[in-house]
Amino acid sequence: MNKVSLIIQREYLTRVKKKSFIIMTILTPVLLAAMIFVPGYLATKEDNQEKIIAVVDNTHITEGAIPQGTYLKFEYIDNPDVEKLKQNFEESGYYAILFIPENILVSNKVQLYSNQQTTMQVSEHISSALKNFFTQLKLKNENVPLDILERIKTSISVDTIQWTSTGEEKEGSAGLVAGIGYVSGFLMYMFIFMFGSQVMRGVMEEKTNRIVEVIVSSVRPFQLMMGKVVGIALVGLTQFVIWILLTFGIFFGAKGILLKDNGQAMTSVTQSLMDANNAGPVAAAKTGEYQKLFDDIANKFGSVNFPLIIGCFLFFFIGGYLLYASLFAAVGSAVDNETDTQQFMLPITIPIVLGLFVMINAMQTPNSTISVIFSLIPLTSPIVMMARIPYDVPTWQIVTSGLILILTFLGTIWMAAKIYRTGILMYGKKVNYAELWKWIRYKN
Amino acid sequence: MMNEFLSANSVVKQFANHLALDRVSISVPEGSIFGLLGPNGAGKTTLIRIINQITAPDEGEIRFRGKKITSEDVYHIGYLPEERGLYKKMKVGEQALYLVQLKGMSRVEGLKRLKYWFEKFEIQSWWDKKVEELSKGMAQKVQFIITVLHEPKLLIFDEPFTGFDPINTNLVKNEILRLRDIGATIIFSTHIMASVEELCDHIALINHGKNILSGNIDEVRSRYKPDTYELRYKGDPEKLRQALNSGVTLEEELTRGDLRHVIIKPNHRYPVRDMISVINQNVDIVSFDEMLPGMNDIFIRAVEETNHPK
Repeated sequence: MNKVSLIIQREYLTRVKKKSFIIMTILTPVLLAAMIFVPGYLATKEDNQEKIIAVVDNTHITEGAIPQGTYLKFEYIDNPDVEKLKQNFEESGYYAILFIPENILVSNKVQLYSNQQTTMQVSEHISSALKNFFTQLKLKNENVPLDILERIKTSISVDTIQWTSTGEEKEGSAGLVAGIGYVSGFLMYMFIFMFGSQVMRGVMEEKTNRIVEVIVSSVRPFQLMMGKVVGIALVGLTQFVIWILLTFGIFFGAKGILLKDNGQAMTSVTQSLMDANNAGPVAAAKTGEYQKLFDDIANKFGSVNFPLIIGCFLFFFIGGYLLYASLFAAVGSAVDNETDTQQFMLPITIPIVLGLFVMINAMQTPNSTISVIFSLIPLTSPIVMMARIPYDVPTWQIVTSGLILILTFLGTIWMAAKIYRTGILMYGKKVNYAELWKWIRYKN
Repeated sequence: MMNEFLSANSVVKQFANHLALDRVSISVPEGSIFGLLGPNGAGKTTLIRIINQITAPDEGEIRFRGKKITSEDVYHIGYLPEERGLYKKMKVGEQALYLVQLKGMSRVEGLKRLKYWFEKFEIQSWWDKKVEELSKGMAQKVQFIITVLHEPKLLIFDEPFTGFDPINTNLVKNEILRLRDIGATIIFSTHIMASVEELCDHIALINHGKNILSGNIDEVRSRYKPDTYELRYKGDPEKLRQALNSGVTLEEELTRGDLRHVIIKPNHRYPVRDMISVINQNVDIVSFDEMLPGMNDIFIRAVEETNHPK
């Protein structure tokens, strides 16, 4: 036992100490978060310098219609001469000139002149403010009373409420559940593939560098194989735990930063997270909005059964990994070099990829016959089941799937150990399936 | 008679389509260097793997220090396989420590002894190098240290000298002899017959899975001795020829100055004492030796006799 722990230790430490592991473990959640937050944040960051836009209003009615932003100001100019303004643009210090033509209600167009490319944010700010203004104006002209205007403002959001067999009602978010199902299913697929093939490469390294005979003179081949499999599993779990912690850390960290910084700069971040479409309220209202947004997300997350999901992820990861890792180990032991792995890799890859496809399908139809069957078949169950779990799978299905998985991985480990024991000491021989079958049947 | 330290008794190992070992028995006396010889594919490595309990025999047993060998005994065996390597990306010291710990040595003790050996072989500077930075010979040296570090009672070396330059070959050879002198028993498998003559006390020659020749090396050599003598003398060759004429064939005369050199083969039984007496009366003897066959010749003859039995 002591020897196995030595092997586990070596397998674990050599991998965890690698630069590529450290970088990937830390960077992945940061990159994911960055994909959500950074584009919005960066796009608005440049607006920190004050921009003043000169407004030439030929309709003479829009003054005050465009709200002043923290960094974006509008200055109405009386009796303007557009040509002169353009000529003196450099000295004037204006960012741009907004020209609102008299016939705006016919042309539906305004012009924004500048000596540089103006940003999307500026255009959108102007366009949505003028849209609101002229909509109200038209309604007023049609004699629609203002209080009706207020009353007909409508915004609909769909709350999905699910009742359980006990009659208890739960509020949830369909999008969130599908998202979590997808992320955990995909993560499972990635982990099994990534760490499974690490096992294979590790076995091949030992075989091709001729290390294996030295080691099996001190430990049994089975101990060496399991030490490697377990060591690499621990690497995977370490990565998973760090990712979970970092993701939550980043979520709450971002919440803290956003709630403190109440600038307009955050508008697009908010938009990317939640379709807040009422643009341009004052800063104080913004803060409240962020608070609401995060509370909303937190509430919806609260409706998701995280202990169950994480628990199942760990179980199905360990089960699925043991199953595939032992197959990968057997393949690694049977071949002399990477190119020979092809013929044996195919039957291993097909069920994993199939699992991925069924998983994507199961996100939409979690209780269809196909989804249920594939979440019971041990070769695909870890991936498919993860996509179904957030939708409250009947307990008997989880338990059955788990039991089948356990029995299967015990069987595969036994079989893989037999192939491994013979394979690691076999050099220079092209191995085929018939040969592998012979190895399985060898007695000790 | 020395104590039997390790023995294989009628060991049989059958692989899918060939019989690797066919009732092979060997007996290794305690404190000896035992040469396990044979052509490629004869079954040497299989037998060595069975002794190391890497594979199990189909029939027969291995006895170690008077008892059937058990999995605990691996701690008393040091094995340097012919197919040997190290983790390329791992540091030399760290790796050596890992491998000796797998042989049951504690970390502290392993570290202490490794430091001693690294100093002895003057390779301390390699400790923090990665294995891929070492040459093949350098890696072999590290592997040798790892094999002997836990001071096993039984050492098994499979082609230990490949990859070494003459200086390091000598260094390792002397270490092997020293280990024998402090009580280790050594099984030594090689194709280099000169090193067999130099090192081994006993041999077993395996061909096609059978033990075809075994015993004390001097005994084996005299069993194969061709009854030929080598004479160096000063004097008249014609006189010698006439004196010995009736009973012997003289072959291959060499002359260097007035020193003559001749191979004598008796045609029938000719007592050595009489032969010397005749020679002595006619020429001045410088040296007179019985010619013992080299292991190389014995190897080839024994193998060919079993391959093409007359």
